[in-house]
Amino acid sequence: MSTAETTHHDQDDHHDHGPAKGLSRWVFTTNHKDIGTLYLLFSLAMFFVGGAMALVIRAELFQPGLQVVEPDFFNQMTTMHALVMIFGAVMPAFVGLANWLVPMMVGAPDMALPRMNNWSFWILPFAFAMLLSTLFMESGGPAAGWTLYPPLSLQGGDSFAFVIFAIHLMGLSSIMGAINIVATILNMRAPKMNLLRMPLFVWTWLITAFLLIMVMPVLAGAVTMLLTDRYFGTSFFNAAGGGDPVMFQHIFWFFGHPEVYIMILPAFGIVSEIIPTFARKPLFGYVSMVYATASIAFLSFIVWAHHMFTTGMPLGGELFFMYATMVIAVPTGVKVFNWVATMWKGSMTFETPMLFAVGFVILFTIGGFSGLMLAIVPADFQYHDTYFVVAHFHYVLVTGAVFSIMAAAYYWLPKWTGNMYSETLGKWHFWLSVVTVNLLFFPQHFLGLAGMPRRIPDYSVQFAEFNMWSSIGGFAFGLTQLIFLYIVLKASFGKRTEQLPDRVWEGAKGLEWTVATPAPYHTFDEAPDFRDEDVAHGDVAH
Amino acid sequence: MAHADGGYYIPHGTRWPIVGSIGLATLTASAANFMNGNGDFWLIMMLGGLAIVLFMMWGWFGTVIRESEQGTYSDQVDVSFRMGMIWFIASEVMFFAAFFGALFYARQFVIPWLGGDGTGLATQQFLWPTFEAAWPTNGPEAIGGEFALIPAFGLPLINTLILLSSGVTVTLAHHALRHENRRALVVWLAATVALGFLFVGLQSWEYVHAYQDLNLKLTSGIYGSTFFMLTGFHGLHVTLGAIMLLVILGRCLRGHFTPQHHFGFEAVAWYWHFVDVVWLGLFVFVYIL
Amino acid sequence: MTNSKGVQRRSLGGLFHRAATLALLTLMAAPAWADYALNLTQGVSEFSERVYGLHMLILWICVVIGVLVFGAMFVSMYLHRKSRGHEPAQFSHSTKAEIVWTVIPILILVGMAIPATNTLVYMHQTGDSDMTVKITGYQWKWKYDYIEDDVSFLSNLDSASNSARQLNSGIDPATVDDYLLNVDNRVVLPINTKVRFLITADDVIHAWWVPDFGWKRDAIPGFVNEAWVEIKEPGIYRGQCAELCGKDHGFMPIVVEAVSRPAYQAWVDEQKQEQLVAEQNVERDWSQEELVAHGQAVYEAQCAACHQLNGQGLAPAFPALAGSPVANGPTEDHIDVVVNGRPGTAMQAFGDTLNEADIAAALTYTRSAWGNKASDTIQPRDVRAAKRG
Ligand code: HEA
Ligand code: HEA
Ligand code: HEC
Ligand code: CUA
Ligand SMILES: [Cu+2]
Repeated sequence: MSTAETTHHDQDDHHDHGPAKGLSRWVFTTNHKDIGTLYLLFSLAMFFVGGAMALVIRAELFQPGLQVVEPDFFNQMTTMHALVMIFGAVMPAFVGLANWLVPMMVGAPDMALPRMNNWSFWILPFAFAMLLSTLFMESGGPAAGWTLYPPLSLQGGDSFAFVIFAIHLMGLSSIMGAINIVATILNMRAPKMNLLRMPLFVWTWLITAFLLIMVMPVLAGAVTMLLTDRYFGTSFFNAAGGGDPVMFQHIFWFFGHPEVYIMILPAFGIVSEIIPTFARKPLFGYVSMVYATASIAFLSFIVWAHHMFTTGMPLGGELFFMYATMVIAVPTGVKVFNWVATMWKGSMTFETPMLFAVGFVILFTIGGFSGLMLAIVPADFQYHDTYFVVAHFHYVLVTGAVFSIMAAAYYWLPKWTGNMYSETLGKWHFWLSVVTVNLLFFPQHFLGLAGMPRRIPDYSVQFAEFNMWSSIGGFAFGLTQLIFLYIVLKASFGKRTEQLPDRVWEGAKGLEWTVATPAPYHTFDEAPDFRDEDVAHGDVAH
Repeated sequence: MAHADGGYYIPHGTRWPIVGSIGLATLTASAANFMNGNGDFWLIMMLGGLAIVLFMMWGWFGTVIRESEQGTYSDQVDVSFRMGMIWFIASEVMFFAAFFGALFYARQFVIPWLGGDGTGLATQQFLWPTFEAAWPTNGPEAIGGEFALIPAFGLPLINTLILLSSGVTVTLAHHALRHENRRALVVWLAATVALGFLFVGLQSWEYVHAYQDLNLKLTSGIYGSTFFMLTGFHGLHVTLGAIMLLVILGRCLRGHFTPQHHFGFEAVAWYWHFVDVVWLGLFVFVYIL
Repeated sequence: MTNSKGVQRRSLGGLFHRAATLALLTLMAAPAWADYALNLTQGVSEFSERVYGLHMLILWICVVIGVLVFGAMFVSMYLHRKSRGHEPAQFSHSTKAEIVWTVIPILILVGMAIPATNTLVYMHQTGDSDMTVKITGYQWKWKYDYIEDDVSFLSNLDSASNSARQLNSGIDPATVDDYLLNVDNRVVLPINTKVRFLITADDVIHAWWVPDFGWKRDAIPGFVNEAWVEIKEPGIYRGQCAELCGKDHGFMPIVVEAVSRPAYQAWVDEQKQEQLVAEQNVERDWSQEELVAHGQAVYEAQCAACHQLNGQGLAPAFPALAGSPVANGPTEDHIDVVVNGRPGTAMQAFGDTLNEADIAAALTYTRSAWGNKASDTIQPRDVRAAKRG
């Protein structure tokens, strides 16, 4: 298995179709690779903005007593940190990856709706400018948590309307991006690329896009009701008028729970690409991976109230949502077991993408276990709204979603930029990240169990030790990410030193590895021809 | 400017999205400032933002129409457009689902609980001892004061008939288009547009009536909230749909579309049917039940 | 039957507990473990013990699955690496294996769901209680109403913690007893008594949580939630508000003092006595000095969280009272704001929570403090008149 022969270098003829010059290239572009790059760089920037906010949180929590910020500002940081990380860092990163990779993986010349693709991205900077600007308003930014529960969120100052509209804009962007991805996958595949030959990354994104289309409008509806309750005198969430604050929670989590799978399904896709490559062995159980993904997506619609066990639902409701939530462990388990089986009896090497992928499998699973514990209603009566929950979701989000994004960045960086990163630096980045991220989040399990509530700026002295460790871990993890920043920027803007083969990794499969490195501005103007062995990992042949 | 290798048209460079983003940002930021009571200046800015958005739509759709008429779009592009429209409508359905969900949840759970049903026993006893569960209601504190209802089998029924028949006329127009009967196409389409605007007109009249004579307002507790938000967003969609139909009518008059290729027409017809179906839901769950 | 099972589970739970603590201890090496907890508390009620048992059960199941899965991964990563010259196998599926690892997790989940269901059903039995306490959450304090015994009071963060928790207060939290977990008025409850709680809130959502009881329950404005506890042992149990409720969410602790039944009765009698005195205080005339002195204490406990000790408020959310037109204006308006609050803002209706004497005193104090000019007095009687409207 060496570098595959390719027939695509004739694309060099299309000089007239190269990128435009200067800033206008980026503002007016309809090219999926340019737009993918924009998304990824935006996401990287937001990761550091959201991370800086997290460090304000960790600095205040370094020791008991208030040393750094006022409580209200602390709450603004918590709220903004989450909004920026979720809507600004993780989701755009996945959309950026989809933009770069989906057309290349299915053999399409571009995204299905290129102009709209540009718009999906270019709404985001405006939305985030609006969101972040609230921090500079007299009344400060939103401080009611990213979940925006009324009536507290309705007490917000002038920032409130801006936040709501910013969320509307982000939703619009996500919906348009998702529609584009669905249309691309269903309509733009090369003739031979039937559905069960598609790489898993494409499959997971197809399902994710479907989730986005179904739930982002529900979020829009929920925040619209908040807006009218606050400014136009409606009573959706006011018992005196016949409404109910808990009703908001139902609508919000009908969006919110699928949302967390929106942030993990593409991650599943990424590691399903990377592990087979470095195990030099087909993905185990391709078809069941597809079904498992679909089952998780389906189940995600009927578990939302597991975030609301302490609101006092009737017994039947609590039982239903507990059982439904527990069931998700089954398809997710299938995935984990399939990854292990893929590694089993392979011929493994551990380049940085593989390290992050393996780290993902282990640490995500730990996060999944704590999720399962949270699903047990009586136990959740204790865990809810404590640092145990914070530990849970950072394991699935940071060592899950974010690790997978980093794995993806290392894996495809050479294809995108034509530059190989330094393996030594990459390994430093990985090992430092793994150690510090566990120092950061593992003690939070103990804090939660010992009774520390979340969203508090100060705590009683018995929690001091673990908080200190967690804060140290937080700063160390943050600093470690500067290595990543350096690696990415060097690969993107540094001088090209060597010509890399098309198939950058020995075991890599998939159409993106059949085009030149770095990928030409336009790929697959003609639908590609290929053999089954070239395209996908796994048992696609039968 | 553009290339269409392999048959799929990929535009190169587009200016409209950034115009749209600037428009939306101006619109929303000004709206926020206006709602915070920062002065009428922001109302003007808001209209300015809206104007930019409309300008963007004019330009963007204009480009697409021009390209379409030039025959730039292959069948595959057509399918992309179709998928785009279908999934866009799906997302609209979910937007309405949020408000229908609020209506059902309030009626099925919240009001009975406030009235002491099931787990609401203590709620009623300690907080709202005099409240009796009933629908419609503006809640235990009768927010907005007493109000009267709009009977289902008056104007709403007429509106239902109007929308249903507009669904028929748009289908007749579609048939006419497919059979290259231009005259019938224009007549039926014009009828659809007229019915659409008639609906909007009657709905506005109904709102005025509700506000002036019935004391039924957006602020009339949960009933007023769900009633006006559902019918209001629906009305907005009808208005948009009617404007879109009007544009399509204009295109038909100019001889656009062929019996084989008329995605623009179909997209708007789908949208119109969607608006129609939502209305049926409203008629049943908001007015009748 | 439930009982004998419960006993058995408890002793097993104890074993688990020790084993778990040991395992965790060896897992991480850091000094002074004895000072703080690593694990969920077993608590002091039947329910909390059951929850603890459930928690340990799931935890250990997860640990075992984790060891197996990660073990297989590490074995594979060690054996099947290219540098050891391992040639890749090419198998890509096995229906048998996939059925096995679908079915086994299902069985495990069923095994967890059964005890979880039982425990949940048990918790939902709020009936046949011996007494009822209504809990109301306010920004940022709790109000307790003992329904049968007709006792009622507010519970705030204690003043020592409150001074220490100010930004850069210079006070070391370690020197404050039960920093942030202490209150001015404790909830006193009898042991071995089924106490039913009716939990609600006045402004935003709060959540009432004492870990030793094994549950937390949201306090939702406009609705009443129910929960119950039967405390087994006398003691002092501390908890906190567990739902974000604004800037001082971290500063509204809960302290329950569980005592024997006779001691509880004595406490109730004492409370009744105090209420009688308070009643008389409303009727009589107060001197200006008396009002200001008492008013300062009330102000610091009830108002300073928002309007600040120096009366400057916190712009823009909380207005300054120093120089406020209301605090310097007609007494009727001033009384009205405080008695009825400003609906839709954090300014709550204190007429529901403070007695007339307290309000009158706080008002008189604010009218003359921080350079405010109106040095007239407001008598409890005036407040009562305003309350009756
Ligand atoms: C990427 C994001 C992500 C993912 C993937 C998950 C995955 C899961 N989550 Fe998590 N969750 C969040 C993000 C996520 N969560 C966030 C952000 C919150 C907090 C929101 C807020 O309040 O701000 C939250 C909160 C949250 C709660 C509410 C807690 C509370 O507030 O009280 C619950 C409760 O049920 C829960 C459960 C689960 C479960 C059961 C899974 C399952 O999908 C996990 C399944 C995986 C496994 C179980 C591991 C692998 C499986 C095996 C190896 C098979 C064998 C295993 C067994 C049979 C046990 N989550
Ligand atoms: C994808 C989502 C995501 C990601 C990636 C993260 C990443 C991190 N999160 Fe976040 N978090 C959430 C989603 C996420 N979080 C959500 C949803 C909540 C709940 C909010 C709510 O309650 O409403 C939350 C809440 C939350 C809390 C609880 C706050 C509270 O309850 O009050 C804490 C506390 O420790 C925390 C910490 C961190 C840290 C240290 C990181 C780190 O991983 C961040 C690492 C990155 C950096 C640190 C930036 C990189 C470096 C620089 C900026 C350069 C300079 C560096 C130095 C000077 C050191 N997060
Ligand atoms: C939870 C926070 C909070 C607490 C506690 C609080 N207030 Fe207020 N108070 C407010 C807010 C917010 C306003 C402004 C309301 C508005 O916007 O109209 C306010 C307004 C007032 C005003 C009117 C000021 C003006 O200039 O309009 C007075 C007087 C007042 N409070 C007195 C008190 C007194 C006396 C107490 C204690 C017994 C108290 N407040 C406790 C939040 C609080
Ligand atoms: Cu009250 Cu948090
Ligand atoms: Cu969830």
